[in-house]
Amino acid sequence: MSNIYSRISKESLWDNNIVFAQILGLCPTMAVTSSATNGLGMGLATTAVLLTSNMIISSIRNIVSEEVRIPVYIVIIATLVTLVDVSMNAWAHGLYKVLGLYIALIVANCAVLGRAEAFAAKNPVLPSGMDGLMMGLGFTFALTTIGAVREILGAGTLFADAHLLLGQAFSFMELKIIPNYKGFLLMILPPGGFLVLGFLIAGKRVIDRNRAQRAVVAATPDAEPVAS
Amino acid sequence: MNLEQLRGNLAYQGVLLGGTALLTTAALALAARATDADIHAAEALDMKQSFAVVLPGQYDNDLLKDTLQLNGPNGEVTVYRARRAGQVEALVYKVSGNGYAGVIDCIMGIDRSGHITGVRVIKHKETPGLGDKIEAAKNSWIFAFEGKSLGDPAADKWAVKKDGGVFDQFAGATITPRGVVKAVKGGLEFFEKNRAQLLDVSAPKEIKHE
Repeated sequence: MSNIYSRISKESLWDNNIVFAQILGLCPTMAVTSSATNGLGMGLATTAVLLTSNMIISSIRNIVSEEVRIPVYIVIIATLVTLVDVSMNAWAHGLYKVLGLYIALIVANCAVLGRAEAFAAKNPVLPSGMDGLMMGLGFTFALTTIGAVREILGAGTLFADAHLLLGQAFSFMELKIIPNYKGFLLMILPPGGFLVLGFLIAGKRVIDRNRAQRAVVAATPDAEPVAS
Repeated sequence: MNLEQLRGNLAYQGVLLGGTALLTTAALALAARATDADIHAAEALDMKQSFAVVLPGQYDNDLLKDTLQLNGPNGEVTVYRARRAGQVEALVYKVSGNGYAGVIDCIMGIDRSGHITGVRVIKHKETPGLGDKIEAAKNSWIFAFEGKSLGDPAADKWAVKKDGGVFDQFAGATITPRGVVKAVKGGLEFFEKNRAQLLDVSAPKEIKHE
């Protein structure tokens, strides 16, 4: 049983990562990743929605009929997003002022409906919750990475304003990577998002290919290098 | 009839959708009630903090409760009044101008003599790195308004330098500061026009002063 969970984790975090492999949810990805903190906040909010929507949809999967499943899923997801929106507005107001505009976009994040269709509608509650959590964390990882690269290149800082998201205790995360940096505006503007995403996807594919080659070599230890 | 057969039924779809809508609406209604007070408190705190920034000093009333609705340059304006011992000492209100990428919303504080105590941009969509120098966090430009009034500089100097005025523009962004200057000037003219009503005075010496 436990290897189902480890497989789900590996799939979600890396092999089938929402942004880097499925290339889904690009609207919020491009919109918020001008800094690492924004990426992290958006990622965590999406994770909360994915986790709860997957578990709820999985628990009602036997009641929901094939014909009307899409509207049912959408209404549930939209409700969860609104719940995240109002609770953030009430209890994390500083962050809401930064991300508020984008929270509603989670409804339009096809990855959430995608996981409901592809996984939660066919699997029991716990694996579905795990899938939602891990897919969400994979999404968070992707958004934070893109945000970090754009922020370092664009503004010379890393995790600026992290205390708005995580509380005053985390202000140690706010780093000034390049002192007296004049900024590279392109990276903060939308084209920077596409550029960074493109390079990161390419980087992931290089890593995957190297790993696959090493796996092949490891599987055939006696094979001589073939000169062609 | 088992669930399998029931699910194929036409009426089942309606009941399912209706049930989903009912449950989700109930959840939203509950959440709205649970968060309403906290959201209002957070927004009020926000307002108070921005008031404190444009209006330094101590006042002995609650600005959020002492308001006045008037017709301003961009439609209805809510004016918040700060009093000391019952007398209106200063005012805070919102002014808006057109920037490069849409409306720029500012709040400005003004004392009873008509001098600006502070201006801050609260919402804008200007280009990051160029137009966003109007934010106090990015540049000190916005502080240039402090202490200014309608006569200082003279009315025709209330513009960016490119238009013959006294306020700096930014390299690569003239439309943005022009919008802010125009908004602040509009705010001052609004004060001048409604002075008696805003300051809540009907004493003859105040009217003479006007």
